[in-house]
Amino acid sequence: MTTKLFGQAVQRVEDDRLLRGNGQYVDDLMPGALHAAILRSPHAHARILGIDVDAVLDVDGVVAVYTHEDLDGAMAEPLPLLIPHPTLTHGRTQYALARDEINYVGEAIAMVVAVDRYVAEDAVGRIHVDYEVLPPVVGIENARDGELLVHDDVPGNRAARMEQEVGDAEAAIAAAPHRLSLDLEVERSACMPMEGRGTVARWDTDSHRMQVWTSTQTSSGVRAAVAAKLGLDLGQVDVITPDVGGGFGVKIVHPWPEELLVPMAARALGRPVKFIEDRREHFISSAHERGQVQHVDVGFDDDGRLLGLSVQFWHDNGAYTPYGLIVPIITSTQLLGPYKPANYKVVFDSLYTNTVIVTPYRGAGRPQGVYAMERTMDAIAAYLGKDRTVVRAANFIQPDEFPYDQGLLFQDGRPLIYDSGDFPASLEKLKALVGWDDFERIRDEARAEGRTVGIGLACYVEGTGVGPYEGGHVHIETSGKVKVSTGLTSQGQGHQTAFAQIVADELGVPFEDIEVVTGDTRRSPYSVGTFASRAAVMSGSAIALAARKTREKVLRIAADALETTPEDLEIVNGVVQVKGAPASRIELGTIAVLSNPLRYAFDEASKAATQFAVGDPTKPPVADDDEPGLEGKDFYSPLRSTFANGMHAVVVETDPDTAEITILRYAVVHDCGNLINPLIVEGQIHGGVAQGVGGALYERMAYNEHGQLENASFMDFLMPYVSEVPKHIEIDHIETPSPLNPLGLKGAGEAGVIPSAAVFASAIEDAEGFSITSMPISPSELFALRLHHEQKLQEGPHA
Amino acid sequence: MSTHAPTQTDPATGEELHDVRLHVNGIVHQVRLPARRLLSDALRHDLGLTGTHVGCEHGVCGACTVLLDGQPVRACLMFAVSAAGQELTTVEGLAQPDGRLGHVQQAFKECHGLQCGFCTPGFLTTITAGLRDNPDPTEDEARDMIGGNLCRCTGYQNIVKAVCRAAELGRLEPDQEDQS
Ligand code: FES
Ligand code: FES
Repeated sequence: MTTKLFGQAVQRVEDDRLLRGNGQYVDDLMPGALHAAILRSPHAHARILGIDVDAVLDVDGVVAVYTHEDLDGAMAEPLPLLIPHPTLTHGRTQYALARDEINYVGEAIAMVVAVDRYVAEDAVGRIHVDYEVLPPVVGIENARDGELLVHDDVPGNRAARMEQEVGDAEAAIAAAPHRLSLDLEVERSACMPMEGRGTVARWDTDSHRMQVWTSTQTSSGVRAAVAAKLGLDLGQVDVITPDVGGGFGVKIVHPWPEELLVPMAARALGRPVKFIEDRREHFISSAHERGQVQHVDVGFDDDGRLLGLSVQFWHDNGAYTPYGLIVPIITSTQLLGPYKPANYKVVFDSLYTNTVIVTPYRGAGRPQGVYAMERTMDAIAAYLGKDRTVVRAANFIQPDEFPYDQGLLFQDGRPLIYDSGDFPASLEKLKALVGWDDFERIRDEARAEGRTVGIGLACYVEGTGVGPYEGGHVHIETSGKVKVSTGLTSQGQGHQTAFAQIVADELGVPFEDIEVVTGDTRRSPYSVGTFASRAAVMSGSAIALAARKTREKVLRIAADALETTPEDLEIVNGVVQVKGAPASRIELGTIAVLSNPLRYAFDEASKAATQFAVGDPTKPPVADDDEPGLEGKDFYSPLRSTFANGMHAVVVETDPDTAEITILRYAVVHDCGNLINPLIVEGQIHGGVAQGVGGALYERMAYNEHGQLENASFMDFLMPYVSEVPKHIEIDHIETPSPLNPLGLKGAGEAGVIPSAAVFASAIEDAEGFSITSMPISPSELFALRLHHEQKLQEGPHA
Repeated sequence: MSTHAPTQTDPATGEELHDVRLHVNGIVHQVRLPARRLLSDALRHDLGLTGTHVGCEHGVCGACTVLLDGQPVRACLMFAVSAAGQELTTVEGLAQPDGRLGHVQQAFKECHGLQCGFCTPGFLTTITAGLRDNPDPTEDEARDMIGGNLCRCTGYQNIVKAVCRAAELGRLEPDQEDQS
């Protein structure tokens, strides 16, 4: 057998091209295209009284300008509400170009198309808009009190209220020996891929086809949106996703206004048109996430075991709800983590504010949920004077309890049933990795030196690999090379490598002979997209199934040619041979020729094939139940999500004077089922932890009371540089394979970021000795908290 | 050599154009550009050297870093006309003359120092210059070397590793090429 590649730290095939500067990101394509620039609202809330574009028309180099008046048919309607939900009683979406009201700074109002971006921006600056400025709603508190409304017809700014309950939480809390309440807050942050959004479109007048290249996480989704909005048949639209410079969620909103406007203009003008977002635009007109206010009531026993848990939270969904309630539903369900509260109730309100929309950002609602739950665990431990790991262990679902039904509905509408895991084993590994049991000594030593250190941990469970399906297509060429296609896209996770590893093993072909294409609707029209840590689970499984089908066909034809049975054959290094008699062999490329009764001798492989005779001369050359060609296609559609899990621990030091927070150690134990490629999985963890550090300690969206985002640049929005991330991350894996898919996989893409706010809050609280309830936490905020607590101590217990 | 009288007007935009000679990766390009064309845009769109990426266009992320007479500069903060006559190296110029990956590129590949690859060209040029000044950095010096570049994907640990690995490769087999 060829060496097994599944599980190996194979170096990535993507890298050579990217390292030479030969990557093909969307702005690298179609040189010479016209460029679009968008006029965006300078106000958070206003009515548009009139738009005057006259001054634009005589700018040299301008080709066209569009406002809402120029849109027709479906383009003039609001953008789709992608994921409706019965409790989303007041869903609202924006127009591709604003019609009469704007609801956030950055909302698109007009588009100019010109010979280059410089000229297009010049022209945008000359558009005159008459606004009636309205008071904006900024922040969850203002949204909740409902005095001012974002949308006139949405009372209380409430897009949705949703409730789920298992058992009777309130009664259980009331009857519990101990009770606690917590009020918590998490700020907004954002994906911030280094490449912003971008779209290029070309209308082919000869073939009446629309071709769109876009930096998306779902080419099939954009395709459907473009077809629907521009009145084209699906079959007339190709969407191709080239190299994507990071996504992390923000590139899944299908469609972004620009993804429709650019093809629309390309068709109208008969010339290719390109839109490449700049960084400020990305801040003010793409999407954010995370902002929530939470209230927790919990009842527990002397061991810290949960008896009842009741959570209410308020979720800031921004100005519109194109992506429905996915984020808060995930918070409300994934909050439970590895624990089993006997009784659980959750209620959330999803609220409108005059700010950028909120859609999933890596982790998608889970960081907030884990934060709520883990803050609660820490609070219980503090209240009972118990070790924080002991309280957690008391609440773990045990290894013999899987599959474990939490009794709730998950975001995909399926039951929240965990498929596998071993939480006690994970905790033991984490404690060993971070030196948990030894920390008291380290703390004492640090204290003796006048230093303050703290340790924290946080656990999570992550529903990954949500359905409904993905497909795989495997095609063996007459050269013996294998071409693989799957519809979901890649944004840097190494899909081409991981999928090629799977195919190499399934087919017994050399890794180097496999080429994987992702996100091209010409090759894979049926697909969903890259999000929710689903690529390996969904496309990986589909590709494995497709490869198995292909293998079956290979062996069937080879058996015929070698006059044996498929069971007696094996594939080694791209050659089919008789087990135990390897001289009796046939190349895969030759089988590809034999699979197609069109026997012209195009090349060496076809000449070689003439020595074999296959097929029954009494039947047609292509049998009723067969097709020409050596291909296999299959889809994988799981019953429900698979549940990955993990635990993080961090040791921090807080500066006694400046309140600066330094990371001393960071440890991760991670269970994503079977690992396809540990190199890639660890890379995903590294990247996730960095984003988590950003979210926990630095990043926030600084909206002022006018709804202006005051830090809409990399200068002011503080993403971690190398100086902010842990120098080293200790990683240990535990593999509890998922029983739900053929390879035992669970998703790994988001894990690194999920417990960050919780784990840092835990460690900082441990270091400082007072509770941390609002994240992120900056040095100045920590400093202020210290003063506050000193004052309280001085005022004494009666104050 | 750095000032150029406008020689022509762009018929499409009416902008004054300047004739500029850009020396990039050892090749001289004669281009006609408006004075306000950023160096990053000129490299990408006028010369087709799309390896240099633009992540912020305000000088913070480092994705657009190129070498100007050997020194790392932000191509998004510079007009193309001001680079005239100076020697520029972009990511396309970092491979070895025989076509193999340069040491820094090779090290990134071995250490999984990239994911989406968008920030990568800026890191590669920055580190190339950094290792020329300090061919044998400690881990902390490696960290300093990349302290001005943003990456949203990798978390940096593997990039630091790649810097150290590139230094090691350089010691094993001194790079044949020195573009600047
Ligand atoms: S693009 Fe030049 S520094 Fe960010
Ligand atoms: S690899 Fe994606 S930004 Fe660095």
